Amino acid sequence: MSEPSSQKIPVTVLTGYLGAGKTTLLNRILSENHGKKYAVIVNEFGEIGIDNDLIIGADEEVFEMNNGCVCCTVRGDLVRIMDGLMKRKGKFDAIIVETTGLADPAPVAQTFFVDEDVQKNARLDAVVTVADAKWLSDRLKDAPEAKNQIAFADVIVLNKTDLVSKPELAEVEARIRGINPYAKLHRTERCKVALTDVLERGAFDLDRILEIEPEFLDAGDGQDHHHDHDHHHGHDHHHDHGHSHGGLKHYHDEDMQSLSLRSDKPLDPTRFMPWLQNLVATEGQKILRSKGILAFADDDDRYVFQGVHMMLEGDHQRKWKDGEERQSRVVFIGRELPEQAIREGFESCIVT
Amino acid sequence: MKEFDPGEAPSIASIADKVRVLPVGMPVASIHFLGDTAVFVGAEENAAMANKAGEVSKVAIHGGAILCAVSDGKRIITGGDDGKVVALNAKGEPSVLATDAKRRWIDNVALHPDGAFAWSAGKTAFVRSGKGDEKSFDAPTTVGGLAFAPKGLRVAVAHYNGVTLWFPNMAAKPEFLEWAGSHLGVTFSPDNKFLVTAMHEPALHGWRLADNRHMRMSGYPGRVRSMSWSVGGKGLATSGADTVIIWPFTSKDGPMGKEPAMLAPLQARVSMVACHPKQDIMAAGYSDGTVLIVRLEDGAEILVRRNGSEAVSALAWNAKGTLLALGTEDGDAGILEF
Repeated sequence: MSEPSSQKIPVTVLTGYLGAGKTTLLNRILSENHGKKYAVIVNEFGEIGIDNDLIIGADEEVFEMNNGCVCCTVRGDLVRIMDGLMKRKGKFDAIIVETTGLADPAPVAQTFFVDEDVQKNARLDAVVTVADAKWLSDRLKDAPEAKNQIAFADVIVLNKTDLVSKPELAEVEARIRGINPYAKLHRTERCKVALTDVLERGAFDLDRILEIEPEFLDAGDGQDHHHDHDHHHGHDHHHDHGHSHGGLKHYHDEDMQSLSLRSDKPLDPTRFMPWLQNLVATEGQKILRSKGILAFADDDDRYVFQGVHMMLEGDHQRKWKDGEERQSRVVFIGRELPEQAIREGFESCIVT
Repeated sequence: MKEFDPGEAPSIASIADKVRVLPVGMPVASIHFLGDTAVFVGAEENAAMANKAGEVSKVAIHGGAILCAVSDGKRIITGGDDGKVVALNAKGEPSVLATDAKRRWIDNVALHPDGAFAWSAGKTAFVRSGKGDEKSFDAPTTVGGLAFAPKGLRVAVAHYNGVTLWFPNMAAKPEFLEWAGSHLGVTFSPDNKFLVTAMHEPALHGWRLADNRHMRMSGYPGRVRSMSWSVGGKGLATSGADTVIIWPFTSKDGPMGKEPAMLAPLQARVSMVACHPKQDIMAAGYSDGTVLIVRLEDGAEILVRRNGSEAVSALAWNAKGTLLALGTEDGDAGILEF
C-alpha cells in the first residue's frame, strides 16, 4: 500500500566534485540544533565527525535493470540500505545520500523512481550540489562528472567564495548558469547556508512546481545584476556566447545546455503526451532533467510533469486560477540536445 | 479491497476465531520455531518468545535493526545493523557469534545442518564451521543472498550478475553461475538439483546444477520476497503476485517449459508463503493482512486471518506441522494450533 507522499521519508542527494565541501555541509547539517534526526548514507566512513548510529557506508554499486532500458541504472546498494533503514522507521526524520565526487547523480535519483519498495517509503526531495568557487570553472572543462552534477542540481551551494575575487565569482556563476539556469544558487563560505535552503525543498514534488523561470543572480551584493525578463520570453535558451547583459555574463557550455519552450496557445494532450514520451524514450540518455507546466486545450487544470532521463511522472496539479496566464512552459537540461527537433516537435503539439 | 464476508463467500471455511492473539507489540520480521516455542523476530532490537500457553517474553538481541534471521529448529541466528551476528537458543539466551570489525551491516545469514553458519557484510561472505574455523570469500559485488547446499559444505553467494558457488573447505575455484541483474535471495532445492534466486526485478532465476541450464521464472507484478519449498521439494511456492505462484520441480527439467500453479487469488498481493513440513498444504499471507491455508492439490482455502491490517510479514510452521504462527508489519501476531 502506497503511503501518501507527505508520510514518505524525504531523501536529499548530496553531490559535488572532490574537495568542494560536501563533508563540511554534511557535518553542518548533522551538528546544527534543528531537533531532527538524519540517517546518512555515505561513501566514506570516518569523515563525518559526528557520532550517529544512523550513518551507513555505501558502495555505490550501480546496475542496469533487465528491462532493456539503458537508462534504467539504479543504485542496488541503496535499495538494500533503504530496505534495512525502513525497519527503523520512526527513528529518523529524513535521509541524506552523499555520493562520491565522481558519481553521476542519475542512478541515485532513478532508484527512487524505479524501485517499488523504495518508492513506497521514501521520496526524493532534491539534488544538492556543492561546488568549489575557485576550481569549478576548471573542473567544468576537464571533468564531465562535475558538469553532470551541476546540470542535475536543484540546489547549488557555491562554496569557498572567500577564495575568489568578485569577477572570478561572477565568471563561475555565469558558467553554472550556462549549464543550469534553474537551480537555486547559494554563495557560501565553509558551506554556511541555512538548512532550509538545502533540505525539505520538495524539488521533485509535482505539487510544488509553481513556476519555471531561470534563477539569476540577485543584486544583493551591490553589483548591478538586473536582467531583463523579456529576454527570456518566447523560445529562449541560454546560448549567449560570453557577452553580457547589464553586467551579467552569459556562457554557452559546449555540450551541456538547457532548452526552454513556451506557448501561450494551449497544447493538444493527445499530441503532446506521445511526443514527450517518445522524446524521452529516444533521447533520454541526453536529457538529464525535464520539467513542465502545461495548459491543455479544454482542460481547466494545470498539468505538471518532471523527469529524470527516461523516467517521467506527471499529474494534474490544480485548477488554473482566475486571471492566471494559461501558458505552457517546458524545460530540458541535457547534453547535445537536438534543439531543432525538440522545438519543432513542441510546436506541432500547439493547438492552432 | 475485497472484504471477507462469510455471508457472501460461504464456500470458504474460517478458523480465524481459533487463532490465539499474542501481544508481541512490535513489527514482526520473521518467525522461527524452537521446538514448540514460536520466536517472533522483530524488525529491530528484540525477539519475542511465545510458549504453548501463550506467554510472551522479550529478549534483546541487537542494538538496532535486525536485517536477517535463519533457524535450524535448535537455534536462531540473526544479523543486525549493529554489525553483530547473534544466536538465540530455545532457553531464550542470546550470544554474540561474530562482530564485524568495521561495524558494517550484517545483510545475510545462513545455517548448515551440521552447525556451520555463514553471514555476509558488504561484499564479503564468511563461514564458520562447527569446529570454529572461519573462512571468507569476497564476492565481486555486495552479497544479496546466502544459502547452504543441503549436502556437503557448499555455499551459494548471490550478488550482481549471478551466483557464486563457494566451497569453503576446498582449494577449488568457486563456480560462477552468470545471469545479468541483481540477485537478492537464493535457495537450493531440497534434492540439491536446482538453485533459484529471487531477483531485484520481479522474477526468479534458476539453474539446473547438473548442467547449469537456465530457468527463467517471470511474470510477477512485484518483487518476490518470500519463497518456500513444498514437502519433498515438489514445488517452490512464492509471493509477489495476487495469487500464490507455485513452480513445479518434480521432473528432471524442473519448471522449464511448464506453467506454474496459481492458487488462492485475492485482490491483494501475496506477501508471505510457508509450506507445511509434512503435508501438501501451505499458509499464505497477503498485503492486506489476510492469511489463508491452501491445499496444494486443488487450491481449497481455509481462512485463518481476516484482512484489515498491514501486510503479513512472517509465517512459520513448527517442525511437526501442528502449530502455525503469523505476524504483521504493524505488530499483530498470533498462533494457531491444529
